[in-house]
Amino acid sequence: MFTWDLLANAVVAGILLGGFYAAVSLGVSLTFGLLDVVNIAHPAFVILGAYAAYVMNSSFGLDPILTGVLFTPLFYALGAGVYRIYYSSFERRGEESLRGLVFFFGLLFIIEVALSLKYGVDYRLVEAAYIGKSIDLGGVGIAFRLLVPCVVGLLMTLALSLFLSRTFYGRAVMGVSQDQVALRLMGANPVRIKTIAFGIGIAAASLSGALLITISPVVPSTDRDYIGRVFAITVLGGLGSVGGTLVASIILGVAESLMATLFGPSWSLAVSFGILLLALAVRPAGLFGR
Amino acid sequence: MKTRGALVVGVAVIGLGVLLGGLRVNPYVYFAGYVVLQYVVIATAWNVLGGYAGYVNFGTPAFFALGAYTSIFLIEAFKAPLPVLIVCGGLVAALLGLGIGYLTLRLKGVFFSIATFALSVVLQTLIINWEYVGGAKGYTLIRPPAPFFRSWGVLLFTLMVVLAVVTVLVARTIERSWIGRGLAALRDNEEAAECMGVPTLRLKLFATTLSGFFLGVAGAPFPYYVTYVEPSSAFDLNYAVNALAMPMIGGTTTWLGPVIGAVLLGTAQQVATVTISSELNLLIVGVVLVLFVVLAPEGITGLVRRLRRR
Repeated sequence: MFTWDLLANAVVAGILLGGFYAAVSLGVSLTFGLLDVVNIAHPAFVILGAYAAYVMNSSFGLDPILTGVLFTPLFYALGAGVYRIYYSSFERRGEESLRGLVFFFGLLFIIEVALSLKYGVDYRLVEAAYIGKSIDLGGVGIAFRLLVPCVVGLLMTLALSLFLSRTFYGRAVMGVSQDQVALRLMGANPVRIKTIAFGIGIAAASLSGALLITISPVVPSTDRDYIGRVFAITVLGGLGSVGGTLVASIILGVAESLMATLFGPSWSLAVSFGILLLALAVRPAGLFGR
Repeated sequence: MKTRGALVVGVAVIGLGVLLGGLRVNPYVYFAGYVVLQYVVIATAWNVLGGYAGYVNFGTPAFFALGAYTSIFLIEAFKAPLPVLIVCGGLVAALLGLGIGYLTLRLKGVFFSIATFALSVVLQTLIINWEYVGGAKGYTLIRPPAPFFRSWGVLLFTLMVVLAVVTVLVARTIERSWIGRGLAALRDNEEAAECMGVPTLRLKLFATTLSGFFLGVAGAPFPYYVTYVEPSSAFDLNYAVNALAMPMIGGTTTWLGPVIGAVLLGTAQQVATVTISSELNLLIVGVVLVLFVVLAPEGITGLVRRLRRR
């Protein structure tokens, strides 16, 4: 049954979802877009972050998003450690592309299976005062469980773009993607810069995991849905472009939301992968490609 | 080993399979053996593209499931017999392979891998929404009594022995022909190979099509094996990980690598499933895969070669 109300609701929900997708994709935009590290395990770290939020919420009643923020240093260290292994095993030997990809694929699989061993394959969710509430703006409902993650996602996008353009380390990250030798001449160690950037990417993943479990319940295999989404967004937005990531996230969010409303939710997953295939086949540089 | 020698060994293996089929052992042995042999086919087929040509395919479940669902469609529409299912399942998956072969024109390396993964999810969504082959509910196959053999377990086991031998022999022949050398050249440097007159596009199309064909062949008997097929079991991510892990563990540059990897890892998984738990056996696959990629990137055959040289 099509009505304009339905359409408006779908578009608004899509935009809100897009803000959250931006949060999930920022880390990939950083690691894949700028460092050329194909961290296909990124969604697994998102789910790991979601389970951290679930555990803290169910045992201590801690707010999921607060947990997400508190856990970022831990995930930063985890990311830095993973990058060190990746660097010494693949990048230093110059065989990063394919074996590195397999490495991350294996990592994704390990995290997913380990989570289902520990917590089973039941849907896990969190409780917070704002989940379940919504405000009504002239027939268009805005659910808080979507609004809050969207706002946090926008803040994360803003923070990352300020970091990249205003700080020394941020500019060094931009530099490492362009010219490592020149960066060395400026007195910065490319490996250290990349370690920092990768750590930030994983920290962003964990925080977005907390947002994810605020929006909807999570199982360990949820990460598979997000592989397509994050890479579709990163490719569509243009590798390494933070602004492009946000625009592509909102496009994908709206497209998925419309698809789910008009044809049923079982089709919405095909949207992201369809966009990904199309973007890869037609314009691999993305909308805002370098 | 000469080609004739390989053929003799192949026939001997099939003979051994038939003999094993005659033994009165626990029927579970045939079911476990079927899975291991199925992985020999999958790993060998994956390796034609991933190992010889260097294009990492994450979309193994797409091809496997396409083989399985082609079978379901043909059973539902025409009650087609098993040999027809295997040929048709292979051909349909080969068409998909040809399609991703053209994708390699634009997508290299990492982008190709991500696209194949995306393909798998898109295909799964289509199948979930296709009611004729069972949709999300799944499809239940009622098997007639097994023809020629005393049970379906023995029949399917013997069938998989034959399929595995054929796949390995084909892969071995390709590896030793000019096609194999051309694929190795484009794996090492595609531009340089093209400049030296290697027909890279035709070779890549050949590799993707053939790889797709055998992955489809591996999936075609699947409905008869499980009798209940649902999208999540046919498109299981385990196939993608195993297809990758087995050649990586065995060694990707020769036909022997995937066979060793599939037999070792496949058997280990079967044993672990029975003795420990099926979740844990997946964890083992992941850990072994990561350990091998990090510590022994050339796999078991690479390690053996290095020891011999010493």
